[in-house]
Amino acid sequence: MRQRPFALYTAMAFGYAFLYLPILSLIVYSFNESRLVTVWAGFSTRWYGELFRNESLLDAAMNSFVVATTAATFSVTLGTLAGLALSRLGRFRGRTMLSIMTSAPLVMPEVMLGLSSLLLFVSMQQLIGWPDGRGITTITIAHVTLCTSYVTIIVQSRLAQLDESLEEAAMDLGARPWKVFFLVTLPVIAPALIAGWLLAFTLSLDDLVIASFVSGPDSTTLPIEVYSKVRLGLTPEVNALATLIIVFVTAVITLVGWIVHRSKPSRT
Amino acid sequence: MQPFSWAQLWFDVFRRMFAWLGSWRREIHHQRGRAIVVGLPLFWLGLFFLAPLLILLKISFAEASYEQPPFTSLLSWGEDQIFSLRFNLANYATLIADCSDPATSLYCYAYVNSLKTAAISTLLALLVGYPIAYGIARSSPKWRLPLLLLVVLPFWTSSLLRTYAWIGILKGNGLLNNTLMALGLIQEPLEILHTDIAVYIGIVYAYLPFMVLPLVANLVKLDPLLLEAAADLGCRPIAAFFRVTLPLSMPGVIAGSMLVFIPAVGEFVIPELLGGPDSLMIGRVLWSEFFTNTDWPLASAIAVALLMLIVVPTLIFEYVQSRNSPEVRR
Repeated sequence: MRQRPFALYTAMAFGYAFLYLPILSLIVYSFNESRLVTVWAGFSTRWYGELFRNESLLDAAMNSFVVATTAATFSVTLGTLAGLALSRLGRFRGRTMLSIMTSAPLVMPEVMLGLSSLLLFVSMQQLIGWPDGRGITTITIAHVTLCTSYVTIIVQSRLAQLDESLEEAAMDLGARPWKVFFLVTLPVIAPALIAGWLLAFTLSLDDLVIASFVSGPDSTTLPIEVYSKVRLGLTPEVNALATLIIVFVTAVITLVGWIVHRSKPSRT
Repeated sequence: MQPFSWAQLWFDVFRRMFAWLGSWRREIHHQRGRAIVVGLPLFWLGLFFLAPLLILLKISFAEASYEQPPFTSLLSWGEDQIFSLRFNLANYATLIADCSDPATSLYCYAYVNSLKTAAISTLLALLVGYPIAYGIARSSPKWRLPLLLLVVLPFWTSSLLRTYAWIGILKGNGLLNNTLMALGLIQEPLEILHTDIAVYIGIVYAYLPFMVLPLVANLVKLDPLLLEAAADLGCRPIAAFFRVTLPLSMPGVIAGSMLVFIPAVGEFVIPELLGGPDSLMIGRVLWSEFFTNTDWPLASAIAVALLMLIVVPTLIFEYVQSRNSPEVRR
């Protein structure tokens, strides 16, 4: 049974090469001297220098970071509540509604979410004068709405695996529901919350479509800025940016993976 | 049967709304914690997800105009003090008229093309992803997690940048063509960028992890004894794969395919950056209707049609799926 056919190895190698060659090429050509991205002209780090002198790109990166951090935090809060409601509260008024509203954004094209959010903001501005114009706030709100669905799914599936008797025992011993949540449920679902936060952060940081709809004239996020550059063709600066992001993401994922892996034996 | 009247309708709507709010208040009074847990997400999603869809529906009945914002209001006080409610069906008429003539059709073509592109890409993702998933599931537990992490890792980096990487590879004088020509395999550069093939490659690349993860989750559960039994009974490995492994992994195949197909249908960035002018997909059409033509009402009508033709069927399909196999959840 343990024989591994040659064909399977080849197919796997092809698959991993397919996944990593493009990323590798991004990294390699970020160190290219020439402005022509595909022609190798010698090693240089000049594009990293250019990157850090590009004010608009740095501003956009800052905006993206603020939006992603806020959106991830809010959506983890909302998603935890929604996941808790859907898996622990049994039947309640509005359950079907909540379950549809948390799963629908997952299957909805981003263009639809972007367009409908924009129309809401425009209508609200006409009606009550808020939000005054569009920018960081509106992007954050739209991202929270999208990410909440993902967090809800993660929290819900974690809670489904979790034995309810633990919470029932705490309840029997006289703990109030809120105390049960903070002392029993929360510590157990913490890994799911971290995963949810990271996923929400990534989704927000990565989103071009929704942000394009609901951003204002003087508030761009990193993907919007990158997209406007990429549309005009290849630029080594973008390669340098991609390399930095890849290094950062790899470091974070490895770190989180290591922490989770290390804490596993002690967890029940 | 009473004659229909708007006043009665509004009265009914308000009465129900107040009754609903009233029962909510009673519930809040009894269980404050519960009300927060349920109410907060319900409120947020109601305001920022459901209400936008209703406004979308409303504006799909408006007319484009040069005002700011660029659409007419459905309700208006005429100069003669007559309150009027106007539903403009022209946007939907445009879509239907467009579909009646397949030769010149734009929206229908884009819709069909989106489904076609997503289907082909899903199939390709399955062909690339299945061996990876199978290999991961069959590897020793020590290797399983690192191999799986390697599949997921690219997903955490920007999808825009990963799509961008393919421009440099597929270009006329890009990496792929330069390599193939240096090896002497081709004489002239292949034209791949700005064709449908580039779009397929881009989609498979972007969504491969979504295919592999459910497949691995499914294949890990497969009992090796079944394959041993098949071998003992004289079944060759390849036949055993098609008669035992593949049928048993169908839930994983379906779950992975859905996770690739659904986002691929509405994809905007990949066809825009890698596709050619006729790689029209519905997301792209909606985008250009909104940003280039600034026809918000028509864009809204396209979005509503999309909701009816793609989102609602998908939700129903997922519901039926989850009913039939309660354990196969994403």
